[in-house]
Amino acid sequence: MEGIMEQPFWANGPKPGSFYDFHAGHSSKTTTVMPVKHTQYPMVTGSSVIGIQFDGGVMIAADKLGSYGSLARYRNCSRILKVNNTTIMGAGGDYADFQFLRDIVEQRVIDEECLDDGFNYTPRSLFSWLTRVLYNRRSRFNPLWNTVLVGGLQDGEPFLGYVDKIGTAYQSPTAASGFGAYIALPMLREAYERNDKMSEDEAKTLLESCLRVLYYRDCRAWNKYDIAIVTHDGSRLEESKTLSTDWSTADMVSGYE
Amino acid sequence: MSSIGTGYDLSASQFSPDGRVFQVEYAQKAVENSGTAIAIRGKDGVVFGVEKLVTSKLYEKGANKRIFNVDRHVGMAVAGLLADARQVVEVARDEASSYRSSYGNPIPLKYLAERVSMYMHAHTLYSMARPFGSSVMIGTYDVDGPQLFLLEPSGISYGYFGCAIGKAQQNGKTEIEKIKMKDMSIRDLVKEVAKIIYLVHDEVKDKTFELELSWVGEQTEGRHELVPPEVFSDAEKYAKEAMEESDGSDDDEL
Amino acid sequence: MAVEFDGGVVIAADSRTSAGTYIPNRVTDKLTKVTDNIYCCRSGSSADTQAIADIVNYHINFHRMEMGEDPLVKTAAKVFQDLCYNYRDSLSAGIICAGWDRKLGGQVYSIPLGGMCIRQPVTIGGSGSTYLYGHVDATFKENMTKEECLKFCKDAVSLAIMRDGSSGGVIRMAAISEDGVEKHLILHEDITKFYRE
Repeated sequence: MEGIMEQPFWANGPKPGSFYDFHAGHSSKTTTVMPVKHTQYPMVTGSSVIGIQFDGGVMIAADKLGSYGSLARYRNCSRILKVNNTTIMGAGGDYADFQFLRDIVEQRVIDEECLDDGFNYTPRSLFSWLTRVLYNRRSRFNPLWNTVLVGGLQDGEPFLGYVDKIGTAYQSPTAASGFGAYIALPMLREAYERNDKMSEDEAKTLLESCLRVLYYRDCRAWNKYDIAIVTHDGSRLEESKTLSTDWSTADMVSGYE
Repeated sequence: MSSIGTGYDLSASQFSPDGRVFQVEYAQKAVENSGTAIAIRGKDGVVFGVEKLVTSKLYEKGANKRIFNVDRHVGMAVAGLLADARQVVEVARDEASSYRSSYGNPIPLKYLAERVSMYMHAHTLYSMARPFGSSVMIGTYDVDGPQLFLLEPSGISYGYFGCAIGKAQQNGKTEIEKIKMKDMSIRDLVKEVAKIIYLVHDEVKDKTFELELSWVGEQTEGRHELVPPEVFSDAEKYAKEAMEESDGSDDDEL
Repeated sequence: MAVEFDGGVVIAADSRTSAGTYIPNRVTDKLTKVTDNIYCCRSGSSADTQAIADIVNYHINFHRMEMGEDPLVKTAAKVFQDLCYNYRDSLSAGIICAGWDRKLGGQVYSIPLGGMCIRQPVTIGGSGSTYLYGHVDATFKENMTKEECLKFCKDAVSLAIMRDGSSGGVIRMAAISEDGVEKHLILHEDITKFYRE
């Protein structure tokens, strides 16, 4: 297994404060490194994750489906995580990789709580760390097959970041992964451009409408979902809900052409 | 300590002719030099209290804490050499984190006590090592109820209903024995713990001290945390009032 | 497959092991013991799953001796998951870990190919399971009794045996509870009879 913490981040490079040794230590010792093959591909996967900033907070939503190919194998798997009182994260892609990341993040939060020194992980620090982990793993040709959204309040300001399995990372007031990047993102942007100070309720309704469209148009989407919200009052993972849907247009269609 | 300086006290790896390991006994002496720490196991949790002696006015308030979190559900109060104790805390945290990552559950306190005491015991076996100059108390609360263990420099560990370590460990134990802790809630025990710390504090020898109080129990949902400010001030007030009363009665007698 | 009931779990499996289209063993026991009250159902590569089960068995029994009490089902599931996840590129193992412990009662954990792990009230796995999703969704009810669970499992595995080429033989079932394990064997001629034309 490739861990995360124990690997040298900058292998073969000069140590801090020293110069690069171009002659590789003057020794003729050669080491043979056997090639390592990684034929990884995702098994149980989660689809889109979507997130948006609103007035005084951030929220992230995702459905609860763990797909096994086209089989809707696990229909009650939570992909959203409350990290601490100011930070939330949500992930799409391989669910086993998500659990791996989640376990590390949770232990780091416990370590931080134990110190009890008044400092906590901020959304930005978690995001920054995640970008390094994901980029590091893809550079070893053994990516963690996830797209992760990190949200929260950084110094009282909303923060939303996106990072994917190859380490591509950006911050944006609206973010969506997978199918959501095609379907939900335009909806989120339109709403955000019209009103960048929307209320918590408006933002929630918006995310729900995005999830609804995703359920209509994404074969790997599901109607049961989770929403996590960060506001100045803290963060919370809301109880899972089921989407209301409207199929009344079916009545207007008969035959084709 | 009759045979001081007979040459059998230079190494932890050597017995004296009468079968003692002096280095370990000296380590226990080191514990007795520090401010008192007590812990009591009630019916719904464990309360820790520490008499943190402030040896200089130049320290910031809250410096050199002696109550630690080991994991979400485990608290630790220490007495003795603080630097040694911090190393024990670090080892305990590593054990807790390693257990969680291997087995996906919080570490059972009994097992944590066993592992950490093994580590402390290992330092009593080698000539190149010095035993830990500190004793630590660890406590938790879960569905099976509260648990409390005391680990000593010798590497010994037992479960307790109440324990006291440090300067006033004898007085502390006597005071704890007076309490019916088995049917008391931690809400009430906090006050008693504060009272005992105030009671055993030696105003003549040690001028100032800071009180540290923490608990883990049913009402903290199994989390170990410092007691909230209002509980703390209530407990402190109760302790001070109790002290004044006893002072008053002393005066009467005189 | 495995189902939780109040106070325990029922696990069940067919008995076919195949190598291509040949059946090297027609009376396999795929319900493998980890401890007295934790079992696993193995699917995928026999070699891989037997090796994993042996390793987990070693770890968990060591753990039990160290702790002086019976390990939790979740603990066993986590050890299974660690092996399946860390060696996901080289293993072909779909495991269901189920059993009873005094903390959470009957529990079923599904650990499929990629090495994730999730608790489910009912789960199915292995080649025959693809034919069963509809039936399981239609007939599974929460809070079934042990007897209902046994019937439910027997019917489901019977259907899989009659539709899946890679499943067959007899049905082995076990009900695990605080009192231990109660094993059931249903011979081929006794499997539930559904439409067979």
